[in-house]
Amino acid sequence: MSVNLTLLIVMGALYACGIYLILERSLTRVLLGLMLLANATNLLILATGGYAGLAPLFAKDTPAQDYNDPLPQALILTSIVISFAVTAFMLGIIYRTWVLARQDEIQDDLEDRRVAATPSFDAEDDAEVPAETSEFPLTMLGSDGRDVSNQGASRVDADGESGQPVATLVAGGREMPAEHAAAEEKPGSLNVDPNPEGGGK
Amino acid sequence: MNIASLAPLAVVLPILGAALTFLLIRHSRAQRAVSIGLLSLTLALECLLLAAAWNGGTAAVTIGGWIPPFGIVMVVDQFSSLMLVVSSAVSLAVLVYATGQGMADGDEDAPVSIFHPTYLILVAGVSNAFLSGDLFNLYVGFEILLTASYVLMTLGGTGPRIRAGVTYVVVSVVSSVLFLIAIAMVYGATGTVNMADLAIKLGELDQGTRTLLHVMLLVAFGIKAAVFPLSFWLPDSYPTAPAPVTAVFAGLLTKVGVYAMVRTETLLFPGDTLNTPLMVVALLTMVVGILGALAQSDIKRLLSFTLVSHIGYMVFGLAMSSAVGLAAAVFYVAHHITIQTSLFLVTGLIERRGGSSSVDRLGGLAKLSPVLALLFFIPGMNLAGIPPFSGFLGKVGLIQAGIELGTPLAYALVIGGVVTSLLTLLAIARVWNRAFWRRPTDAEHPAPVLLATPAARVSGPGAKVNNTVTLLPRTMVGSTAGLVVLGVALTVFAGPLFSLSDRAARDMLDRTPYIEAVLGEGTAVPGAPAVATSVGGAR
Repeated sequence: MSVNLTLLIVMGALYACGIYLILERSLTRVLLGLMLLANATNLLILATGGYAGLAPLFAKDTPAQDYNDPLPQALILTSIVISFAVTAFMLGIIYRTWVLARQDEIQDDLEDRRVAATPSFDAEDDAEVPAETSEFPLTMLGSDGRDVSNQGASRVDADGESGQPVATLVAGGREMPAEHAAAEEKPGSLNVDPNPEGGGK
Repeated sequence: MNIASLAPLAVVLPILGAALTFLLIRHSRAQRAVSIGLLSLTLALECLLLAAAWNGGTAAVTIGGWIPPFGIVMVVDQFSSLMLVVSSAVSLAVLVYATGQGMADGDEDAPVSIFHPTYLILVAGVSNAFLSGDLFNLYVGFEILLTASYVLMTLGGTGPRIRAGVTYVVVSVVSSVLFLIAIAMVYGATGTVNMADLAIKLGELDQGTRTLLHVMLLVAFGIKAAVFPLSFWLPDSYPTAPAPVTAVFAGLLTKVGVYAMVRTETLLFPGDTLNTPLMVVALLTMVVGILGALAQSDIKRLLSFTLVSHIGYMVFGLAMSSAVGLAAAVFYVAHHITIQTSLFLVTGLIERRGGSSSVDRLGGLAKLSPVLALLFFIPGMNLAGIPPFSGFLGKVGLIQAGIELGTPLAYALVIGGVVTSLLTLLAIARVWNRAFWRRPTDAEHPAPVLLATPAARVSGPGAKVNNTVTLLPRTMVGSTAGLVVLGVALTVFAGPLFSLSDRAARDMLDRTPYIEAVLGEGTAVPGAPAVATSVGGAR
């Protein structure tokens, strides 16, 4: 099977330009790249049909090997139609992007950025002493009738040893209703270390 | 007349429906009736096909009277007919759901007039890909479903959807170009694109060429199936689409890629040339996917990552290249289509009821809507593989296959599969704990609709009735419930289904039924006896 060398070189050049273009951020260039790739592939399919021959119209005297292989051309026709539809759709999308954002560039995914920026510290899961979020806050009374359930925690706070306040009913030197403990327990709240990366100490 | 000769109707009926609904674009009631009616008819037809193929009748239909290998053939065997039935059942449920949503919303967010024709074309493309016995026709099937999916993905043309749509379109087009290049190479090497003919002729090529073609096809299908290093487009693009669209994409589109991979591995390139890389890829797909899921707070994105992760299970079964592994993979595909779709539909309901799909904003849904909680809980546990459910049975089959193979890599896959299953449970449990069990006030940024007191909601006369109707329309809940019931039915009827997938796996590994159905009796099938012996000890 002999192959047309010019066709192969053109195909290679189309692939190279196409791949270069789809790696751009500009949508118009991406579209041009996709079109080049599709056409390069059409040439590749053409090349698989072998050498050029007679049109495949049956004549009694012509030997079978003189005909051109018609199947690749049928495949190319289908593929041209498909890439035509895709190109039209892409143009529509690009126009819509332009209308919406006045931009011809691929946009970042906001949710992706947000998840990437989320610290690995999760207030609910990773806090050293989880906040009491029960509907029945536990209150322990000492022998003198005073609330002693949180003395251990407040002592740590008073010592100033722990940079990370323990989120309990008494935290940061102020009384907090158990109801609000969970709401307080998030980055940015007064009682949470502003830079809690790495979990509890 | 053979019932299998009706197979092309599975493609023709939806396309006919698309044409009709396009003509009826101004009459939404007639449009709904036509699309739901025709899809139900297609489903009934496909059930007949499955019944005919149930006991191992592989049949081929030649299109236009051209004898194979020159003409296009459609092949109905157990695997393809099972996929057809499951996919059509799922698409019917999603169609009813979408119709319900459209009726409840007044079609602001999703122009339903264009939705129906596009959706039916998508179904036709999926059916065509499942039935195709010809590599180029498979490509055409892919293109039909992809082009329809581009339109559905960007439905409404809002900013985020266009952004996601661009990524999706570019990635899909590149994968299609790769597939087309692979087809051109295959044609150049063998001179045919008929899959049964290729099954014989590819075996005559030298090893290097074969491996090259094999890898090219697998990469092209791997992008569509979202297998690990090629999966990053999926969680980026799926969650922004409308809920029913995401659901049907998650259920069907990746599975078409998996289906094509199964056919490539069993029919075109039998043997175990690429099994080791496939096993590594399966392990990475499972583990990396589920780790991604754990980082998400948006339920749709979380589910997209579990979707990627669970594709790994199917590749796992495929890479075992034993009858047990393949049977488990077939079963798992059927299970996963149903479960993943119902989870996405439930998420759509959660979004309606709770005003958000982010677990940071949700809370107390179990109390607000016990039905919703039940609808989420059953498929959630099913996905995680909790014992009575079909997810568990599929995973047991896979683990059995892995242990049977017994190589260190197979054991690594078994462990990876169990770990992924547990991590899926963790991901689902996080959603459950946050969205359903905690009080709405405990949410980080509670959605306003959850905080509204019951008193506020019933302030006006009849306000409560009005509220529940728009928030959870009966058609949407009903279709979701139907799909959940189907998922449970896969568990209840797991015995017959597993024996069906077992027979499908044996027939696929044997290859003789497929090749003889297409090319006629007595075609010499290379390598058939060797496979038959390995099947003998399997089950």
